[in-house]
Amino acid sequence: MIYADNAATTAMSEAAINTMTSLIRDTYGNPSSLYEFGQKAKEVLEQAREDIAKTIGADPKEILFTSGGSEADNQAIISAAKLGEKNGKKHIISSKFEHHAVLHTLNKLAKEGFKITLLDVHENGIIKPEEVAAAIREDTALVTIMYANNEIGTIQDIKGIGAVCREKGVLFHTDAVQAIGHLHIDVNEENIDMLSASAHKFHGPKGVGFLYFKKGIRLTNLIEGGAQEKGKRAGTENVPGIAAMATALNDAVNNIDKNTEHLTKIRNKIIAGLKEIPHSALNGDENSRLPSNINFCFEGIEGESLLLLLDDKGIAASSGSACTSGSLDPSHVLLAIGRVHDVAHGSLRLSIGEDITDEEADYIIKSVKEVVEYLRGFSPVWRDLVAGKTQFIL
Amino acid sequence: MALYSEKVMDHFRNPRNVGVLEDANGVGTVGNAKCGDIMKMYLKIEDDIVKDVKFETFGCGSAIASSSMATELIKGKPVEEARQLTNKAVAEALDGLPDYKMHCSVLAQEAIEAALKDYESRQEEK
Repeated sequence: MIYADNAATTAMSEAAINTMTSLIRDTYGNPSSLYEFGQKAKEVLEQAREDIAKTIGADPKEILFTSGGSEADNQAIISAAKLGEKNGKKHIISSKFEHHAVLHTLNKLAKEGFKITLLDVHENGIIKPEEVAAAIREDTALVTIMYANNEIGTIQDIKGIGAVCREKGVLFHTDAVQAIGHLHIDVNEENIDMLSASAHKFHGPKGVGFLYFKKGIRLTNLIEGGAQEKGKRAGTENVPGIAAMATALNDAVNNIDKNTEHLTKIRNKIIAGLKEIPHSALNGDENSRLPSNINFCFEGIEGESLLLLLDDKGIAASSGSACTSGSLDPSHVLLAIGRVHDVAHGSLRLSIGEDITDEEADYIIKSVKEVVEYLRGFSPVWRDLVAGKTQFIL
Repeated sequence: MALYSEKVMDHFRNPRNVGVLEDANGVGTVGNAKCGDIMKMYLKIEDDIVKDVKFETFGCGSAIASSSMATELIKGKPVEEARQLTNKAVAEALDGLPDYKMHCSVLAQEAIEAALKDYESRQEEK
């Protein structure tokens, strides 16, 4: 199988598996226990915090461990909202194509009387810092913009957006779930106040992540019931998971340059290959995108059948089609960049892994071409397009 | 557990009666691309019998499988029998569909209904 769905989740690295299994077996003590065996687990926990903090230029005290990216997003946004509310600030700025962990949390706040501005992401999936600046008001409590988009992989000018927020004295949070471990991140250099991360997107385990929160930001609890994480997140810490996350992140960050070079080369090759398919289009900016991300729309076909046939050919990928989500609407990300429903249903996301080979890239290109052509062969939509009864969009 | 039954996957991978029927005397199209499913049914009816049937589908795996199964269920059958085909019968013949995919079988039933209606209006014109 060629696993090309690394934006969904990644395989755990051998090193992370080793860290995790040895801790599960040998260091099962509770970090809150005072005896030596518990304190050993506490040491592991704090070492992980230190290692993780170092990878993004943060202080260990600024790292809160969570169950993953969604929890970190929820806690960051809720915390900023509560802080703003105290000062009469009930306006939040975000973008139309955020992850649902952000959008749904904002919906919840809107019901509590917060005003939400969702910035347009344009056809290329990039938000300009000056657009953020223009949207900031007297009562803006938070700006939350994702670092890299999970579907189309576009990377934002986080440093620029952060600078705008800093200048106007507004808190800035970024959902960096798709970026961390894949792009160099320095929270201070990039003016980031809060950042969400999830271990399983960089070869760590599932169910563990963290929130970076700049010193001085008072967090609001989502989970009550204990003194763990300085009282900001109750529940016995997932020590093996957290330590494995640190192992995985260290390895990922140390290999960013090497991986980026290889992935970019393969990504560009696949993009060039798929562009040869008539009436197709790349989604999202071609240059400012994750080295692992390829996202296309193919006119006249539907994404789920494309995925099933690629699966038959041993390729695991993803689509923004409504049929893959169980809802009637296709991906909100594709709609946000201006793809109409008819076209958004025929999308394909390939998120390639660091171990992908040139031969595998060739095989992916060949397979996608075959499947698209096959499905178009009995698509009434394609027939009408070719016959000139309807107009091509792409 | 797989997303679909073996039957669905079989009809999806090897759709029966797929393509265009040039001498069809009843053609029906249902669904729209906005929702992600379009089915087109071509019927060739002679002496009140569905002599031949073909389909074209833009849609997900279960939409393609439902169209394929529906054509098998009515091919060679009296028109009256084709008219009575229900979406439930299509879904059952496929060994079931996930709940949120049942609308695919409804679409197959509606596509046949639309094609039969077209056939009838052509007959009236004669």
